[in-house]
Amino acid sequence: MANTAPNIGSQICISKDYLQPIFEALRKRNYRLIGPTLGEGAIVLDEIQETWDLPMGWTDQQQPGTYRLAQREDRSLFGYVVGPHSWKRYLYPPVQELLEVERRKDGISAQPIPQDVTRYAFIGVRPCDLSAIAIQDRVFMGGPHQDPHYRARRREVFILAVNCTRPGGTCFCVSLHTGPKAAAGFDLSLTELEDVLLVEIGSEMGKEAISAVSWRPAGAFELQAARQLLAEAENHMGRKLDTHHLPDLLYQNLEHRRWDLLDKRCLSCGNCTQVCPTCFCSDMVEISDLRGQKAKRVRLWDSCFSLHFSHVHGGNIRPSIRSRYRQWLTHKLAFWFDQFGQIGCVGCGRCITWCPVGIDLTEETRAIQMEGTK
Amino acid sequence: MNQTRTKEQARESKPRVAVFKFSSCDGCQLALLDAEDELLEVAGGIEIAYFLEARRQTLEGPYDVSLIEGSVTTPEEKERISDIRGQSKFLVTIGACATAGGIQALRNWCDVDDFIRLVYATPSYISTLKASTPIIEHVPVDFELKGCPINKYQLLDLITSLVIGRQPRVPTYSVCLECKRKGTPCVLVTKGIPCLGPVTQAGCGAICPAFNRGCYGCFGPMESPNPYALGERFAELGMPASHIVRLFRGFTGYADPFRAASDSFQEMKR
Amino acid sequence: MTPKDVNVSAVQEHFKSPDPMIPYSARVTDIKPEAYAIATYGLMFVDEKIRAGYQFMPGQFNMIYLPGIGEVPISISSDPGDPERLGHTIRYAGNVTRAISRLQVGDIVGIRGPYGSAWPVERMRGQDLCIVTGGIGLAPLRPLIYTLIRRRSEFGRVILLYGARTPNDMVYVDEFPDWETKGIQVHTTVDRADEHWKGHVGVVPMLFYHIRLDPKQTTVVTCGPEIMMRFVIYEALARRIPKDRIYISMERTMKCGVGFCGHCQFGPVFVCKEGPVFSYAQVEPFFGLEDF
Repeated sequence: MANTAPNIGSQICISKDYLQPIFEALRKRNYRLIGPTLGEGAIVLDEIQETWDLPMGWTDQQQPGTYRLAQREDRSLFGYVVGPHSWKRYLYPPVQELLEVERRKDGISAQPIPQDVTRYAFIGVRPCDLSAIAIQDRVFMGGPHQDPHYRARRREVFILAVNCTRPGGTCFCVSLHTGPKAAAGFDLSLTELEDVLLVEIGSEMGKEAISAVSWRPAGAFELQAARQLLAEAENHMGRKLDTHHLPDLLYQNLEHRRWDLLDKRCLSCGNCTQVCPTCFCSDMVEISDLRGQKAKRVRLWDSCFSLHFSHVHGGNIRPSIRSRYRQWLTHKLAFWFDQFGQIGCVGCGRCITWCPVGIDLTEETRAIQMEGTK
Repeated sequence: MNQTRTKEQARESKPRVAVFKFSSCDGCQLALLDAEDELLEVAGGIEIAYFLEARRQTLEGPYDVSLIEGSVTTPEEKERISDIRGQSKFLVTIGACATAGGIQALRNWCDVDDFIRLVYATPSYISTLKASTPIIEHVPVDFELKGCPINKYQLLDLITSLVIGRQPRVPTYSVCLECKRKGTPCVLVTKGIPCLGPVTQAGCGAICPAFNRGCYGCFGPMESPNPYALGERFAELGMPASHIVRLFRGFTGYADPFRAASDSFQEMKR
Repeated sequence: MTPKDVNVSAVQEHFKSPDPMIPYSARVTDIKPEAYAIATYGLMFVDEKIRAGYQFMPGQFNMIYLPGIGEVPISISSDPGDPERLGHTIRYAGNVTRAISRLQVGDIVGIRGPYGSAWPVERMRGQDLCIVTGGIGLAPLRPLIYTLIRRRSEFGRVILLYGARTPNDMVYVDEFPDWETKGIQVHTTVDRADEHWKGHVGVVPMLFYHIRLDPKQTTVVTCGPEIMMRFVIYEALARRIPKDRIYISMERTMKCGVGFCGHCQFGPVFVCKEGPVFSYAQVEPFFGLEDF
C-alpha cells in the first residue's frame, strides 16, 4: 500500500521493521541520526546508525536521586523515558567556540568560528522535550536579538517524536500539558503499539522520510489502542505539579521558610540546571595566548547555582544557597511567564532524578502551596 | 649596543617566576614540566628564576611570582615559607598539599609520635610537626591552584593571566558541571557510587566519573560546599558513617569544610 | 504599567549585526582622569561607516571588550548629540576595568552596543526633574543631563543631588559650574569632608531636605548602589512622587548584553534587555528583597 504518500496530519501504521528504512532515508538526505542508546548506566543520547542501536527491551526506573536501568520482558523500542541528556546538547552545545580574535595594528579582528552545521535527525524526542525545544526557540530566536548558531542548527533539525506510553517515576508532563502525546512541532511522531508503529505525519519532510516504506492507514483498532495507552500513561505520572496560580503564589512566598530548609539540603552543585532541557544560561570565557594577541571567546553552559553567576562589583547578589535555589525555582515556575509568556518547566523530571540528593521541585512547590500565603 | 639594552629591558620586564617545594610528591611541579609544547611559550614569556626540578642554575630573589608546592610539616619549612613570602610579590600555592595539607594531613587526626616510633629505627633523628598544614595557615597567599595534581591548563592560564594582567580563569563551581558538559551519566545517581563531585571544585575535567568511579575530592571543597547534605545522602544509601568519614578525609580532608563534615560524621559514628 | 518609551531597546537597524556577539574596533582618543581610580575614555569607532551610523540614547550601555581579557558592560557617559565621540567613565575595579586602566591613547578596544533601555526623556517633558546619584553613578546620567541642557526649555526645574564618599571621589565636578549656568541646580554632599570642603556632609538622600519638590509634576531619576537607591525611593515616595515617576538604573553582571546568558536576571526582567533603566513601578515587588 506504499504507492501514494500519506497526507500531513494523517495517521498510518507501519511495521516496526520499517523504522530502519526510515533511518536510511534520513541518512541518504544527509542527516546525522541522534537518538537514545544504552550508555554507561543510563540511556543517553548519541549517534545511532540503526534500530539495533536503540535500547530495545530496556527500561529505566527513576526516583528522586536515583536512576536504574532494567530489562523489560518485551522487546519494545521505546519502553523508557528521558535520560540525563537532553537535545539542547546538540542545539546549544555545552562548549561553543564562538569567536577567534586577533589584535592587529589597525584594530581587533573578531571572526566567527565556523560552527558545527550537521543536519541532525533527532530520533525519539519525547513530547516534554519537544516543548522544551519550543521554549528554547523562544529564548534564542524569539527576541530582538537572535543567536545565529542556534538558529542555524535548529533550522536543519528533523524531529521524530515518540509518544510516552510508559511514564517514569519522576515524570509530570500531564501537569504541564506537554505530554504524554506530542501535539505539534515534529516531522513524524510515533506511538509504539505491541506489534506496529502508529505514525502521525507532521511535515513535508516527514512525508518524504516515510515515502520509502510500505504503510496502511491506521485502523480504528490501532487508534483505540494508542488512545488507551496514552490515557493510561496520563494516569501513571510519577509526579504531579499543581500550576494553578503558580506565579502569584511564588511571588507572594519569596520569604517562605521552605527556602531556609532548602539552604540546608541543596548542594548548589548545579546538576538540575545542566540536565534541564530549558535552562539556557551560559558563561563566556576568554582563552588567549601568553601575549594576549590572539584569543578565543568560548561559551560554556553555566548555572545560576554558581557564585560567579551573580557576582557584581562590591559583592554577590545571591551569596546563600537559599537565594540561589529560590532564583532557580522561581525563574522556572514564575518569572519565565513574565519573560517568555509561558512556564519554564516541561515536566520531564530530570532535575528530580539527577539531583544527587533527590530534591523534588514538585514537592517543594507543594510545600509552599500547602503552607504559603495565598 | 642599543639592541642589547632593549633586549635586557625586555628580559627585565618579564616576570621572574620561582617554584618551591615543601612536603609533597613533586607531581604538581611535573604538571608544569608536562606542559611540553606550551612550556616553550611560557619560557619565552617569563623568566624562570628558581625551579630546581627544571634547571640547576638559580637566581636570588625577590621574585614576581612564587609557586609553592607542598604542605608545611617541619619546623624548617615553617621558617622557609615566611622567608619566601618576604621575597615574593605574588605567592601562589599549587596542589592539594599546599592548599589543604595534602594526604599527609591524615596524620592530623592521629599522634605523629606513634608513627615515628613505629616507622623509624632512630626516632630521635626525626624532627617533624604534629600536623601537616596548608601554606595559608602560615603566610598570606595571593592565589590557590587546587588539585592532586593540579591541572596543567589551569597553571598555564594562571601564568598567562599574570603576564597579560587579567584574572585567572579558574572556576570554583562543582565538578558536576564538568561532568555534565562531558555528558557522563552521574555515577551516584545511576549506581549509587559515593561521589564527592557535588562538593568538590571543578578543574580536573571530571576524570574519575568518566571511568566509572566516584570523585575523590582531590580539588578540594568547591565555592559553597554542602558536605553534610551529601554525607547524609551517602548514609541514606547505606554507607556506614565510618566510610563517610574516610571519604571526606582523602586528599583534601584537612580543608575546612571537609574536615568539619568528617568530624561531625565521626561524632555520629560514636 | 510600563511607559512605552522606557522599553526602547530599539537597537538601530543599521547596526544590527547577524551575530550579536561580534565587537567592533574603536580607538581610545583621550583619557581624562575623573577621580580616584576613575577615568573617562573617549572612544571612536575605527570604521567610518559604523561611526556614522551609531546612535544611542541616554542611559544605554555598551559591551567593552579587550582581547585576551574579557568583556564588560559600561554605560555610555557622553553626549548622545555627538555619538561619534563616545565617552565611557570607568572605575578600575574588576578583571576588564583594571586592564582598561593600562590603556593609552591610540589603543584599540572592541565595542558592541548600544544595549538596554534609556531614561524616558519624552515622558519627562514638562516635568521638574530631580536627579539623585552618588559617585560614578553620575556617569549614566550625564548623557541625560546633556540632553536636558540641549532641550532645556522643554523641562521644568532640573535639580541634581550628588554625593560621594569624599570630595576626591566626585566625577565631572569641573563641569558643574557650566551646568549651573545652563539651568541645572547642583547640590552636593560628601560622606567625609576634607579641609577644603565647605559643602554638606552626609549621605545623598539627606539632600532631599534642602529642596522642595512638587509631587504633581516631578520625575525622580536615580542611579547608584541599590542601598542608596532604596533610600532615594523612600524619600521620593515620602514626597508623594508617583511610583511610575521614579526611575532607577540597575547593575547586574552580564556576559552577552542581549538576553542569552541569563546572568542579569532580576526576577521577571533581564536587566540587559528591559533595563538597565526601570520605573520603580516596574520593579517594586522585588526591589530591595534580600539576596534576590
